[in-house]
Amino acid sequence: MHQEFLMGNEAIAMGAIAAGVNLVAGYPGTPSTEVLETIAKRRPEDTYVEWSINEKVAMEVGAGAAYAGARVMVTMKQVGLNVAADPLMSLEYIGVKGGMVVLVADDPGPISSQTEQDTRHFSRFSKLPCFDPSTVQEAYEMVQDAFEYSEKYKTPVFLRSTTIVSHGYAAIEVQDETEYKTNKSEGFIKDTKKWVIFPKLSYQAHINIEARNVKLAGEFSSYSKNMLLDKDSKVFPKKGIATGGFNYTYVTEALKELGKAPLLKVSTPHPFPEELAVKFLTGLDEVLCVEELDPVIERELIYICGKYQLPVKIYGKLTLDVKNSGENSLDSVMDNLAKFLGAVPAKKAAISEAEQDEMPELPVRPPVLCAGCPHRGAFYAVKQAMKGKKTIFCGDIGCYTMGNAMPLDMVDTCLCMGAGLGIAQGVNHIEPDTSCFAFVGDSTFFAASITGVINAVYNQANMTLIVLDNSTTAMTGHQPHPGTGRTMMGDVVNKVSIEGILKGIGLEFVETVNPLDHKASVDAVKRAAALPGVKAIIFKSPCIAIVKSGKSLSINQDKCINCRKCIREIGCPGLVIRNDRVIIDDSLCTGCGLCSQICPVEAIGGEADE
Amino acid sequence: MSKNIVLCGVGGQGTVLASKLISGAAMNKGISVKSAETIGMAQRGGSVFSHLRLGDDAECPMIAHGSADIIIGFEPGEAVRMLPYLKKGGQVIVSAKPVMPVTAALAGSNYNGEEMLAYLQDKVENVTVMDTETACRELGSTKIVNLLLLGAAVESGELGLSADDIRQVIKERIPEKFHQLNFQALEYAKGLNKGV
Repeated sequence: MHQEFLMGNEAIAMGAIAAGVNLVAGYPGTPSTEVLETIAKRRPEDTYVEWSINEKVAMEVGAGAAYAGARVMVTMKQVGLNVAADPLMSLEYIGVKGGMVVLVADDPGPISSQTEQDTRHFSRFSKLPCFDPSTVQEAYEMVQDAFEYSEKYKTPVFLRSTTIVSHGYAAIEVQDETEYKTNKSEGFIKDTKKWVIFPKLSYQAHINIEARNVKLAGEFSSYSKNMLLDKDSKVFPKKGIATGGFNYTYVTEALKELGKAPLLKVSTPHPFPEELAVKFLTGLDEVLCVEELDPVIERELIYICGKYQLPVKIYGKLTLDVKNSGENSLDSVMDNLAKFLGAVPAKKAAISEAEQDEMPELPVRPPVLCAGCPHRGAFYAVKQAMKGKKTIFCGDIGCYTMGNAMPLDMVDTCLCMGAGLGIAQGVNHIEPDTSCFAFVGDSTFFAASITGVINAVYNQANMTLIVLDNSTTAMTGHQPHPGTGRTMMGDVVNKVSIEGILKGIGLEFVETVNPLDHKASVDAVKRAAALPGVKAIIFKSPCIAIVKSGKSLSINQDKCINCRKCIREIGCPGLVIRNDRVIIDDSLCTGCGLCSQICPVEAIGGEADE
Repeated sequence: MSKNIVLCGVGGQGTVLASKLISGAAMNKGISVKSAETIGMAQRGGSVFSHLRLGDDAECPMIAHGSADIIIGFEPGEAVRMLPYLKKGGQVIVSAKPVMPVTAALAGSNYNGEEMLAYLQDKVENVTVMDTETACRELGSTKIVNLLLLGAAVESGELGLSADDIRQVIKERIPEKFHQLNFQALEYAKGLNKGV
C-alpha cells in the first residue's frame, strides 16, 4: 500500500485497475468523465478502454466483454443511464460472467445536468445492487467490493457516485501494482439458453433475481461499509440520523459539534440492509434522514417501520425537514440536524448576518461561451441571416447550450442529447411556415443525432441542421470522438466524416463554413433556409481551448464611437467596459476577429492596447 | 496543523492550479489534505471555488460557514461572495482586478470591483489587496496571478506553508521553463506592504 492524492473519480479508476478490470467503455458526462480518462492514462497494457459513441453502445460493448468473462466497467452520468437503460434492463435478466460495474455519477443541484434523477431509484427499478460511497477512500475500496459481488451473483452492479465524491480530492491509501488482481477471461462460451433473452427465460430469471435480492439484503446488513454507529448515545438516546453517500461526511462533521447521535450509514441503498435498519430503529422515537436527490432511505425506513410495526417517526425530504431538491451543504445539514436534535451550533463567522445584508450587489455570472468561441460566430450568423423571419432555434446538450445567453439568445429549446432534431421536425409539421433550425455539436451529432436526420429525410420534414463542429467534446473536457480520428487507446484512425454521413443519408445541401467568417456564414444560412427539405450547414472551427490562441485584438480609441454594438450584438467576455469605454481584455481575447467584422467604424484591429 | 482554505474566482483564472500547489506542498510535509472544487459548466466564466482542508481532523472536503482560516480571492466580487465562510480573525487575500461579467457589460454597468474592495476592507480585519495587474505587467505575464496571490498568502502566515514548500512543489509540478517566472511571482508579495 502507498498514499496518493486522488480525485474521487481517479480513485474509482485506480480501484478498478487494482481489481483487474479488462475493458472499460463509457460516454463523457459531468461528473463522471475522469474515471475513464484516468483508466486510459494509467491502465496496464492489456486493458482495453474506449469512449463509445454513446452510453447505450458502451453498455452493450461492456455486456459482450462480460459475457466473455472479462471484468468490465461502464461509465456515464445519471442522464446517460437513461440512454443505456434499454440494454441494462435486459442485461439484468441475462446476467454476466465476468464482473461488471456500472459507474453512474449523479449530480445534485443539478450543477451540470438536465435533471436531479437518483440512480438509487434506478437501481431498485432495474433490480441491480447499488453501492454508494461516502468518501474518496471508500469509493476506491467499494469498486473492488462491487466487482466481487458482481461476480459472485453474476449480475451487473451499480457504483453510484455524486458530484462531490467524484470531484473531491483526498490523500488515500491505494494498493501497489504488485497487489493488483489479474483477471484472465475465459472467452465466450456458446449457450443459447443462457445468452438469448426469451420470455420463458425472463420469467425464470425474474424469480431468481427476486430471491437473490432478498439474500443480498441479508448479506448487506453485515457489509462492513453499512454502519450502525453510536447506537447507545447518552446525549441523544431516542433520536437517530440515517444517511448515505456523501452526506455521511456532512452528518459526521455536524455531529462533532452537536453531539453524537445514533447513526445509520447506508452504503448499499438497494437491496436495502433491512436487518441493520431494524436494529437502528428499535428503541428510537424519531429519525431524520439526510440525503440528496430523492428520499430513498427515508421511504425504505418508513416501509420497514410499517413492516415491523416500529413506532418511530421518520423525518426528511417527505416532511420537508430536509430540502427536497438541490444540493445539501455542510451548513444546511448543520441547520437540519440542529433543529431536529434541538441543539444550537456555535456561530463563529467573521461577518455577522447583519453585515452580510450590507454586502454590495454581487456580479451575476451565468456560464457563457468563452471569449473567441467559434459557436458565437455560428449563432450570430444564423441570427443575422434569419432576422425578421418566423423561426425556431432548437438547441442541444453541450457548450452551445450557452448560446441561450443574452445577447445571442439563440436557444429556444433544449431537452436532452439529440432532441433538438426531433423537436424541430415536430414544430415544422404543426407550423409549416416556421423556419426550423436544430443546432448540434459534433460529439452530440455522433452520439444521438444521426437517426434524427434520417427520420427528417424519410418523413419529408423541412428543417435546417446546424452542426457546430469544434473538433472535440468540449463541455466535458475535450474527449476525442469519431470525427477526431483519435481513440482512447492512443491510435490514430480514419476520421468519420459528418459531411459524408449527411450526404450518404441523402441531403443535397451540405456546406462547411468557417463561423468566424461572418459574411460567408450569413450567406450560407440564407441560401440553406431558402430551400425546402432537410439542409445542413457544418460550422467548422476548432474549440479555442485546444488550439494556440491568436494575438489579442485591440480597440483604436480614436476611431471608436463608443456605440457598444460589439457588446450588444455578440456579448464576448473579452469585450469589457473600463472608465465608460469599451476595451479588449488581452488576457481573454483570442483574436478570433468576429467583433472586428461587426464594428461599424472599423475601430477593432490587430495592434496591442496602449 | 489544521487549516481551512477557500480559493475563489472566475472560471479560467487558475484557481485549480493554485489549489493543487497548496495541496501538493502540504502532502510533501505529510499533512493530510481533502479538497473539492467546481468542475463543469460553471467553469465557463462562472463563479468557481476550491475548498481545501489541511490536517487529519477533516471528515468532509467542504468547509462550513465561519470556518475558513483564509480566503484567496482571484476577483474582488468573488472574494466577497465567499466571505460568509471566513472565521473570526481570518485572513483575506484578494486581487484588485475585477472581471466584468458579460451581463454587466450588456447592462452598461461600470462594475470595477472597488465597492467590493471597500466592503472587504470595512468588514474584515486582515485583508491584503494585491494589484495583480501591475504585478503582471512588471513581470511580463498574465498567467501568474495564482502565484502572486499564493505568495501573498504565504506572507500572511495563515497558509501554514512556507515559500520554500511552494517552490518545491512548483519544481515538481510545473515545466522547468516556467520555474523562474513562477518563483518571481511567488516572491513578489514580499516587497509589498501588508494591507495596502
